[in-house]
This record gives sequence, structure tokens and C-alpha cells, in this order.
Amino acid sequence: MTTMYIVDRRLNPGGKSLANRQRFMRRAKSLIRQAVHEASATRGIKDADQGGEVSLPAHSVHEPGFHRAAQGGIRDHLLPGNKKYAEGDTIPRPQGGAGGKGSQGSPDGDGEDEFRFALSRDEFVDLFLEDLELPDLAKRRVVQTESVSWHRAGYAISGSPSNLALLRTVRNGLSRRIALKRPRPAEIALLHAEIAALRETKEKPERLEELLIELHRQQRRALAIPYIDTVDVRYRRFEARPKPVAQAVMFCLMDVSGSMTEHMKDLAKRFYALLYLFLGRRYKNVDLVFIRHTHEASEVDEDTFFHSPETGGTVVSTALEEMRRVMAERYRPADWNIYAAQASDGDNTASDNEKTVELLIRDILPVCQYYAYLEVGREGEHFPPGFMRRESDLWQAYQTISDAGAPLAMRKVNHRRDIYPVFRELFQRRPEGATAT
Amino acid sequence: MSVLELAGPLLFKGAEWDFGTIQRMHEAIERIAVGDLGLDVYPNQIEVISSEQMLDAYSSVGMPLFYRHWSFGKHFARNEAMYRAGARGLAYEIVINSNPCIAYIMEENTATMQALVIAHAAFGHNHFFRNNYLFRQWTDADGILDYLAFAKNYISSCEERYGEDAVEQLLDAAHALMSHGVHRYPRPRAPDLRSEERRGRERRAEEEKMFNDLWRTVPGKSPSSVDPTAEEKRRALLQLPQENILYFMEKSAPRLAPWQREILRIVRHIAQYFYPQTQTKLMNEGCATYCHYKIMQALHEEGSINDGAWLEFVHSHTNVVAQPDFDHPHYSSINPYALGYAMMEDIARIAETPTAEDREWFPDIAGRGNAMALLRDIWANYRDESFVSQFLSPHLMRRFRMFAVHDDAEATELKVSAIHDERGYRRIRRALAAHYDIASQVADIQVVDVDLAGDRKLVLHHRTMNKVLLAEADARQVLQHLADLWGYDVVLREIDPADEAVLKEHAATPRLGRLINPA
Repeated sequence: MTTMYIVDRRLNPGGKSLANRQRFMRRAKSLIRQAVHEASATRGIKDADQGGEVSLPAHSVHEPGFHRAAQGGIRDHLLPGNKKYAEGDTIPRPQGGAGGKGSQGSPDGDGEDEFRFALSRDEFVDLFLEDLELPDLAKRRVVQTESVSWHRAGYAISGSPSNLALLRTVRNGLSRRIALKRPRPAEIALLHAEIAALRETKEKPERLEELLIELHRQQRRALAIPYIDTVDVRYRRFEARPKPVAQAVMFCLMDVSGSMTEHMKDLAKRFYALLYLFLGRRYKNVDLVFIRHTHEASEVDEDTFFHSPETGGTVVSTALEEMRRVMAERYRPADWNIYAAQASDGDNTASDNEKTVELLIRDILPVCQYYAYLEVGREGEHFPPGFMRRESDLWQAYQTISDAGAPLAMRKVNHRRDIYPVFRELFQRRPEGATAT
Repeated sequence: MSVLELAGPLLFKGAEWDFGTIQRMHEAIERIAVGDLGLDVYPNQIEVISSEQMLDAYSSVGMPLFYRHWSFGKHFARNEAMYRAGARGLAYEIVINSNPCIAYIMEENTATMQALVIAHAAFGHNHFFRNNYLFRQWTDADGILDYLAFAKNYISSCEERYGEDAVEQLLDAAHALMSHGVHRYPRPRAPDLRSEERRGRERRAEEEKMFNDLWRTVPGKSPSSVDPTAEEKRRALLQLPQENILYFMEKSAPRLAPWQREILRIVRHIAQYFYPQTQTKLMNEGCATYCHYKIMQALHEEGSINDGAWLEFVHSHTNVVAQPDFDHPHYSSINPYALGYAMMEDIARIAETPTAEDREWFPDIAGRGNAMALLRDIWANYRDESFVSQFLSPHLMRRFRMFAVHDDAEATELKVSAIHDERGYRRIRRALAAHYDIASQVADIQVVDVDLAGDRKLVLHHRTMNKVLLAEADARQVLQHLADLWGYDVVLREIDPADEAVLKEHAATPRLGRLINPA
């Protein structure tokens, strides 16, 4: 019998081929990025951060080698499973195949046109957002390094003397003393007093005897049971928690009046989703506030925001007022990075434009990191060159603010494939100091 | 079933197993493999791995450790994607030709499958690795793991010193030439990986000792006189023609740095290590499959496994040795497990109960008895090509209903040149043996000439077989890599050996600054 070893490798650290994967990703980076952009244009935005399969053109990561061509020359094939052929029979040449060999895929699949493989969620999102950067980040100095803050988290039985939890320690001691029936000083004093009284009066000698024994017992007990034992000692325990270095709130404003079609809402939703995804990468904590408006505005939950039908006129300033109210109530600009994205088809009651502009300039824009206005159009609404679309009322109004140099970004979008380029353009890395336009 | 359960202590019940089960299985299997079948194996090391680790092993050609390169990451990514999508299952085992013989078994396998895997890999393949002459001649089972560790460390230290890009470009070039980085014929040097470095040192010391400046002053022929044998001498000096292109680059490329030569050498050694595997696929799998069948059968007969386990085994075994017909949608090529197993079984039959036909075809082995001794001898001394041309019997050709098809690209139709009948047996056997011949698998490309005193252009010839040319796009890319290594122009001529006519010519000019810095 020879010796045999069984080795359990399952507990070995995984990801042995990670270094190879990174080398592969680096080599094919531009292609993978391209593939990710194409994939994100076709898949639903909810899945945008799910990772998944991408495919690259096979030749781009091909490993060449000297081998004979699949076609041409003289070949002899040997095949199993003859059913009807006799020597000398002729067979029509199969189309595309190499001489009657059927589909002869090469074992490592190099014959494929596409190279498909899966990206993890992080890899996917990293590539997806790679060359994007929030504007005006310098303002809050949001950096990736995490700071921690110490929070009280219960008690520990060990710790430094400065963290001694006095109250808790004494309380533990007290319960222990009660449980073990340690005599209190007052009780002993009482005994002494009684003994002294009996000795003086010389009455009831048997009672005196009893009391002396009792006193002796109690004194021994008091010595044996310490006032504070090591088991009583408690220390205040502190726990490091990552401090939210920055928190952001994202206001989604949307016109839900009758003129907004489902398609337009879908476009807006995709934009919000992308913005949310993006902010989620930058901030530990991103709050979402949904404000919808017709001729009046209200804060609603996400489902209502996108799906509940509403009728009425269109007064944009109501939404801005609602936003101002929510900010004042819950999101003080000193503590929060405020982002706002407004989607609309551009309609507004003409008399409201002036008020809207004023609200924006005076109250909203100064505290916002970023305000994006997305004007959604009908699908397939394209204007041939030379035919300008009539600018909507809201667009014209916002144009004046934007021209004045305020951090307000405006874009028009008709199809969901336009969303990503628009988003990219809005958030492109730009030189320090330049403003979003 | 209850009778069998009483007959002997069962090794396991149901699908569950633990290390104790594996240990008992190994002991029982070893008793049969060594005692009854007479196998001669390296000590075993059985490693239990998870499916993710199996994928890892896939991407580094099954080896437990390997240097780093993007192509392994690519293979991992693709295997993983296919595995996740359910398009491909994983192998039950991987076995490494090393001493001790390392066999990976997957934790997901049932107890029966583990027994099958141990019988197949840890004894079948193990015996073949240890005894087949090609493995004995070309591989160093004792040294391979140490050598891989050296290769990994050396290449990663090169990455640190010269940059990942420089190493990657070199490895790209080396991998492209890997199929032509093996010595096909034995040379008078034993491949002992451990003594490689020592031998190089000794060689240099000897050269220094032999140096005598006086030889320079001995009057010789004037260099201006044209010597008709100069070309001959030059070629002999460079060991031309040379079919091992990586070897030639390592030894003779004028402008490579020493570390680049060492990496070429590493890739070449690894190619050489795998070289026997491509030539013995059919026999190796046939041997392992035959062994596992015999072992499992014996385990069942002695009552060590119950009927349920036996049925599970038979189901799996049948799948492995299935051979779809040529017109079946799943047909890709002749299944080495199916043909290999069938041939081993057939040889055992011929040795023990031959028919008249067998006696006529195989007078040496028909009826000689002791099939296992005969098979062990065959496993030790043949490779696929010689094995088929010696032992493929008419009986099997009929069973597989084999036929040969002649395909001339210039004719409009294919022709059935032989079928499984009296007239066709020998031709079919020849055609199948030729299919396993290394010459039909790997194109014959050789370095034939280089004028080191002139423009240093490197000339290669591809001696075509049956006028089949190289796949052009790939050939161009590989030639570019070759030119990058060589540092000067490279030309590859495709020659028809019948009349020495040049069928096609490829040329490449080096991209300086990639592998070699401009002078």
C-alpha cells in the first residue's frame, strides 16, 4: 500500500485567477467599455447596476497560432456511423462545412464571432460611470477617504480606567451585595447598639449570646463579600462607525399634467435612476424626494410619482415652492448636498414663468450643487436641419438664467438612447472652476 | 440488493461522503488496481476543490500554479460565463502528471462519482503517465511543480523589473509560437528540469577554460575566397533546419535580452511537458476508462458498492463512452473515450476469446491470454498513431461503421474512399492512424536559413501536406510576433514538397520598440 494524501483545498483563498482577470480587463478595456455602453443602452435602467454579460468581438482578444486552414487542399476524413454509403459513392459538398465533417467547432470555441463573458456588478458600474465626475465637488470637499466617529455601544467588561462606567459598576455591586445578603453598615451598627444596651442592663443573657454570634457572623460575611468586586466593573464601550462624510438629497421634480405621456415619464424615470445610481457611488447616504406638480405640487412616494395619473394645469413654481419647504424642514443646505432634477415637457402657465425664475435664482440655485432641467419630447420627434423647434416657454425662461451663468444644466431628450449621452455631457469632468451649462 | 449488502461491508451508502469514505475508497480501489490489474502508479494526492477552484484550474491548463497572463483570464471569463449559463458542465476531475500524482475531485460529486474519479484519474491516468514511453521520455513528473513555481516567480520578478507590458508582449509572442516550441524527436539530452541551470553554468565555465588566444593567430583560408560549403557550415552551426522555433529564437535571436530568452525557455519547456498529451489522448483516456470500468465492476462484485451505486456508475460510464454518428447534431469528432475504451476491451477480447478473423489479423496476440499484461505492455509502448495502426480490428470498424471520405477542394463532390468491408479495412485503419499522427495535427514549419553576415533575414518553410495552406490571418499575426522576436525581417514560404514549388509567401517586418529597443 502506498501512502495517499487527501488535501482539502476548498478553504484556500478564492480568486486565484483574479490577477489574470485584471490583466485581461486591462487589455480589453476600451472594448469592454464600449460593450458596457452598448449594453446599458438596451437594458432597463433598473438593471443598470446589476453587472452581467457583455460580448466583445472575438478577433479583438484572439490568440493566434500557426495552424492549417479549414478549407482547401486534399483531405481524408474518417467518420463513424455509416448507414448507406458504399465505396465509390459521391456526396455533394456540404455548404460551409469542412468536407462532410458537420459542425466542427474548435474545442476552445475560437470559431465564435463573439466573446461573451460576465462582469461583476462593481466592474460594470465602475466602467459605466468611469469618466463621469460630479460638478462643483470641490465645494464640499467630498473625498473618498472615510472618517469614523465613535459612538457609545453598551458596556464592556474590560476597558481603560477612564472609561469606567461608575454608575453601572456600583449598581452591579449593589445587586450582588443584595443577592449575597451582605450586611449593610446600618444593620451592624444596630447590632452593636443592641448588644451594648443588653450588656448595660444585663438582661436576657441568652439573647446577648445570640446577638454576639450574629454580629460575628455578619462581620465575617461583610469581610468575605467585597463592596465592589471585579465582576461588577463595567466600562463604557465605544464603537467606530463610518461617518457619513457627505450626504446628498436628490429632488426629483416632475410635471405630471395630462400633456406628459407615459413615454416622457419613462424618459424622466431613466434619468432619475441614472442620477441616483451615480450619487449612490459618491455618497454614503442619498435621500430621494419626489415632488410632482400640476397646478399644485405635493411630495409623494416613488410609486405615486411615476404611476398615479393626475390632471390639471401646469404651474412650475408650485413645485419649487414645495421643494423650498421640504428643504427648510428636513434638508438644511449646510448638512446636505442638494441635487435637483426637473423633468417637464416644457409647458408652463405663461404668467408663472416670472415667478419660477425668481424662485430659482433667489432660493433654489444658490443652495443646490446642481440643478438639471430635462425637457422630454415625444418619441420620433425630430426636426430636420434648418427647422428649429419652437422653444418651449419654460426653456426660454430657463435659458435666461443659464445664460447668466447660474449652475443650471438644460437638455432635451426624445429617446431613451439619448439619455446616457445627455447624462454624460451634463456630468463630464470639466476643468476646475468651470460651471455646468 | 439485500443479499449484496450482506455480502461485504459497503464502502458508502447514498450520495454523501467524507474524508474517511475517500480514504476507504482509495484503499479498496488500490487493492484492485495494484493487486488484480497490476497497475504501477505514482503515490496519489487527492485534492478536494470547489467548482470555482475547478474553473481556476481550467484557466491555468489544469496546473495548480502557473504564471500570470491575460489569456488565462480570458479563458476563465469564458468558462465561467458558459458554466453560469448552464451551457457547459465542469469536468469531474483533473489529474496532473506529477509525482505525487495530483488528482482534483469536486466537492459536488456524489460518493459513486468520487469512486469513479479515483479509479479513472488516480489509477488509470496515473498508471499511464508513469509508464507510457512518451511521458517517460519527455516529461519530468518529479520536477514539474518545482519548475512551475520557479517559472511563476521568475516571470513575476521580470514583471516587476521590466514592466508588465514588456513581459506581456513577450508572452504573447511566445504563446503564439507555442505549438512550434517542442522538440519532436529525442535528442541526446535528458530533460531534467532541475539540472538546467547547473548545466548552463558548467557549459560557460568549460568554454572559458578552453579559450586559447593562439588559435586566432593560426593562418587559415582568406575570408575573401568564397567557400561553397560556407552555407552548409553556417546552417550546421545554427542547427538548421530547426523545427523548434522557440528554441531557435531562444538560442539564436540576436537582439533579445537574457531575461527574454529565459522566458521563451520557460514557455518552451511547458509546451514540451504537454507535448505527449496531444499524442496519447486516445490511449490515455482509453486506459483510464478501461481501468475505471474494471475497478468499479470488481467493487460491485465483491459487494463494496451496492446496486444503486453500480447503476449510477453505469449511467455515467455510458454517457462518457457514447459515440454519436457523423450525421448526429452532437457529432464533433471521434470520441477518444469511446474509441479508446472500445479498443482496450476489444484487445482483451482478442487475447482471450479470439475469432478466426482475429487470428488472421492479429496472430501475435490472438488467444495468448492474460489480457491485462498485454494491455499494460501496449499502454507503455505505443502512442495513438501506432496504437491504431496496430490494433484497430475489423470487428471494431464494423461496430463503429467507419467510413473514409476523400475531399479534394478542386472536385465538386466528396468521394467515399473506403467503408467497413474487406476491401476497406486496411485503408480505414491507415486513414484513422494518419488522423492521430502528429504531422497531420501540427503544420510542419521549420526555420531553414538565415544570413547572419548579411541582412539577417530569417527564412522559414512550411512544407505543406496535401496542399493545405496555413490559415492566413493567424499566420500573419504569428509571423509578426516572430519578426518582433527576431528583430529583423522574416519570411515564411509555403512549399509543396512534391515539386518544391512555392505556393504562398508571407513576410513580416519587426515593430521595433516592442520587444526589442531600436538600436
